[in-house]
Amino acid sequence: MTTTLSPPPPAGADERVAKVGIVRRLVVRPEIGSLIGAVVLFVLFAAASSNFYSLAGISNWLDPASLFGIMAVGVALLMIGGHFDLSAGVLTGTAGLATAVMTTKWGLNIWLALLLSLALCLGIGFTNGYLVTRTGLPSFIITLATFLMLQGLNLAVTKLITGTVSVGGMATVPFYDSVRPIFASKINILGVDFKIQILWWILATAVGAWVLAKTRFGNWTFAVGGDPVASRNVGVPATRTTITLFMIVSGFAWLVGSLKLLEQTSVQTSQGFGEELIYIVAAVIGGCLLTGGYGSVIGASIGALIFGMTNQGIVYAGLDSDWFKFFLGAMLLLAVLANQFVRRFAESRKG
Amino acid sequence: MSVQVERKHGDAPLMEIRNVSKVFGSVLALQDISTKVGAAAVTCVLGDNGAGKSTLIKIFAGVHQHDGGEFLVEGEPVAFTSPREALDAGIATVYQDLAVVRLMPVWRNFFLGSEVRKGRGPAARLDTDAMRRTTKAELLAMGIDLRDVDQPIGTLSGGERQCVAIARAVYFGAKVLILDEPTAALGVKQAGVVLKYVIQAKERGLGVIFITHNPHHAYPVGDRFMLLKRGRSLGDFAKSEITRDELTALMAGGAELEALSHELEGGGGAAAEAAAELEAGVQDLGVQAAEEHLGQPTGKTV
Repeated sequence: MTTTLSPPPPAGADERVAKVGIVRRLVVRPEIGSLIGAVVLFVLFAAASSNFYSLAGISNWLDPASLFGIMAVGVALLMIGGHFDLSAGVLTGTAGLATAVMTTKWGLNIWLALLLSLALCLGIGFTNGYLVTRTGLPSFIITLATFLMLQGLNLAVTKLITGTVSVGGMATVPFYDSVRPIFASKINILGVDFKIQILWWILATAVGAWVLAKTRFGNWTFAVGGDPVASRNVGVPATRTTITLFMIVSGFAWLVGSLKLLEQTSVQTSQGFGEELIYIVAAVIGGCLLTGGYGSVIGASIGALIFGMTNQGIVYAGLDSDWFKFFLGAMLLLAVLANQFVRRFAESRKG
Repeated sequence: MSVQVERKHGDAPLMEIRNVSKVFGSVLALQDISTKVGAAAVTCVLGDNGAGKSTLIKIFAGVHQHDGGEFLVEGEPVAFTSPREALDAGIATVYQDLAVVRLMPVWRNFFLGSEVRKGRGPAARLDTDAMRRTTKAELLAMGIDLRDVDQPIGTLSGGERQCVAIARAVYFGAKVLILDEPTAALGVKQAGVVLKYVIQAKERGLGVIFITHNPHHAYPVGDRFMLLKRGRSLGDFAKSEITRDELTALMAGGAELEALSHELEGGGGAAAEAAAELEAGVQDLGVQAAEEHLGQPTGKTV
């Protein structure tokens, strides 16, 4: 079917290429399902309300999509590498709280505080990865533990230092204006403000997709997620790859935490709680297999876009926003079923 | 190893083990095992389940270290502490459960762990075109004409995957190729294809260690045969010293077959018929002749 084992016929190669169905080529792209889903949703919501596709409307749904999208990129890379990170959501809170406490309570320079907060997040990511690779326990359990511990620390430590469950006053911190252009500025397009985080999202997606497809690290990510034993046997540094993936997620959590903190100038101790599942939903809608070894960063970003569009689109369409979670769940179910079909298709010859 | 070593030990076989043993706790996994493989030669290691074949492979591949005896590569004693070291010494192992990632394209699998890159520093990226081209050309050189090196390797048949793994080992400069039961899970036709590549690898000048439990696969391609049973060697023969029937008889363990036939006789009816057939089969295999010729008691507990 796909190969001939006899000595090659002289000019046989080209005519066989025509037999590769274009459908098959498209269907085995992991992000194709999410792309179709996004287009269908856009058309539906646009038909329901013209505000949905106005510039202001677009800015409105790109806002939640971008923050979730940045995290979805990291989480997708990790899932392709065969692991979960349930602590990613609350870690965005930890990042924001750490920076806020260090600047407003301890008077640290805001740049230094951001750097220390980044180091803290990377350290937590490293710990997650180290524990997972060292113990061989499922990352689901390890990061569930991290998730609970961070949730407790976010609340307890913040209350210990500030006495309240939120830290504010970032706008009055010295040099706040010097970090604003990077983390909290707005770009005006035809009279409508777009947040800078959208650019971060696009950048994260582009770099993530490039790394995954075109670098050795990306190759290793697919390999350790697809078959860790086989990867090790051919000389892939599996442990290093896995730990790096966890640190990428935690680095993105720092970025999202910082973006949110500096834009809103305050942070709640509950920030990020529950969002870890949305990242995974976005990655799965985008074509990532829960079992690892397959998926797409671009798909995960489109998954986050679907989240943003549905989130705001329901309101534009005049539906009760109570329906939102139902739609999200239904889309997740559809995505998983489609993924399963794709994988069977990709492996459709008996081995 | 380097050219220097080759000169120093000009006559030494590519790889040799002498009286190697391996102990796991109180279990003697291997005892007094000796064999060798030269360039452009195939050494077959035959043995039933639990004979110690896997342990032997893992010593070759650098997964385990031997406890006693000598392991020589081109005349130099070695003890690999990691699979990477064995690979660097030119010993490539193609595992039974195959070191391939099924969902990844053929070319990515071919270069996995040894990716070709271009550019420097943060701009260093995979040279995907070169890798695709090389994969296609190398597979073609082995007689595998893949239409599309971008298809997931899981879409290839078991025999084809074995062949890709062999081609990969050959391309990355293996001098000794260790094949762990490459024909075990394959049909007759697919097994034939793999055997063809074993011979191709040999013709390219590699030393091949071919592990199998099937003497019919081993005999046509092998130059040397080492039989393992319960961690011990039943003998190490050049092809001129042993016939196919003797090899089969040794493998089957004549006495055990006879015991099996007695068991079946007790059952009466169809079982008795099967027993008679089995006995005739044992005669045909020339167990007696093999025992006399080789001066080895077969089938008895060793």
